[in-house]
Amino acid sequence: MYDSGKIITGLIIFVLFVTFPIWYNHGDAGAVPKVELPKDAKECVLPADQMRSEHMQLLNEWRDEVLRTADRSFNVEIGDKKYQKSLMNTCMQCHSSKKKFCDQCHTYASVTPYCWDCHLAPVE
Amino acid sequence: MDKKRRDFLKIAGVSTLAGLGGTVVADRLVSGTIPAQSRAAKEIDPGHAAGHETAAGGHEAGEEEAKSGIRYGMIIDLRKFQENPALGDKAVEACHYTHNVPDFPDKKDVIKWTWLTEYENVFTEHSHYYKDKATLSNEVLVMCNHCDNPPCVRACPTRATFKNKDGIVAMDYHRCIGCRFCMAACPYGMRSFNWRDPRAGLDMNNINREFPTRMRGVVEKCNFCAERVGLGKQPACVEACGDSKALIFGNLNDPDSEIRKVLKANYTIQRKPSLGTHPSVFYIV
Repeated sequence: MYDSGKIITGLIIFVLFVTFPIWYNHGDAGAVPKVELPKDAKECVLPADQMRSEHMQLLNEWRDEVLRTADRSFNVEIGDKKYQKSLMNTCMQCHSSKKKFCDQCHTYASVTPYCWDCHLAPVE
Repeated sequence: MDKKRRDFLKIAGVSTLAGLGGTVVADRLVSGTIPAQSRAAKEIDPGHAAGHETAAGGHEAGEEEAKSGIRYGMIIDLRKFQENPALGDKAVEACHYTHNVPDFPDKKDVIKWTWLTEYENVFTEHSHYYKDKATLSNEVLVMCNHCDNPPCVRACPTRATFKNKDGIVAMDYHRCIGCRFCMAACPYGMRSFNWRDPRAGLDMNNINREFPTRMRGVVEKCNFCAERVGLGKQPACVEACGDSKALIFGNLNDPDSEIRKVLKANYTIQRKPSLGTHPSVFYIV
């Protein structure tokens, strides 16, 4: 191979440059988002870790049940109280701040759910 | 392998015979079983059949056998609206506030769920010669007819608009792609398209925070207040008319419901009945 020295050095520089974000940020996940939890409610619809990983599926299920099968019954149990399946009228009643709750993780994870294109966030 | 022409012809002949015979046998089997199966399938699917019978039932309700299930309908009593002309605006306002329907001044951006318009625009199939003064001078409340055979639902490519089992023709804005086929399909022109961000046409400090807005690029229309009816309340327009009985909402399938009693006692008309859409909205003229 002609000019192997130059090519290999070039390749090494190229690989280092392309992987820059990986090794530069290695071991540093950034500040973990801090969400503000409701003060007067201790329990949610599901345990916290399940809510953390599955709230989007749950909201989709609620949406389909309410809209497509017209099941608007108050069958979401939190403790001994019953609530309707509703993002605006149930979730956001306890989690009364979108900025301090939803946006914290969504911004960190760089996801932009389209909920708020139509649904109204609580007034802050 | 050495194939002789004679052997080839023999095999070809036999397979042709087998093929022809096979199709005859298969045809026999098919003609014997398939119609029976499809008949059975129709009997198993009572929801669909029931829906169509009820549709015809609106006018000649007396002879119909009782239908199970719910089919919501409404009576709009134009006599009451003529007695009290303020009722119409009240109903429209209540609806548009409840559902956060924006107000755009430019006519081509307008969004409306229910509104008042001239008699001749509503009942286009009726004669308009020498109409009486009251009919000419009063406007008629219109809204989605929640047809039993809704053309918009057939046109929707994503099933964003669909007929619920309670007879309400609903919209799932999450699915709407804004193709507007439903608007072209609706023979009553009851649907509006969000050309602009609807929040620009709303006073965001004075909106109903229990109901979402829509987003740009979706079609919207009256939902018979599915979100209120589901909680046991009356639709917002009916509530706005109070005890005037100008609007009567109820279950068309229940022979003891108020709406059925009023239908039985009064002559009612519907919009464009010849199209066979079987509206759930009735008018007393």
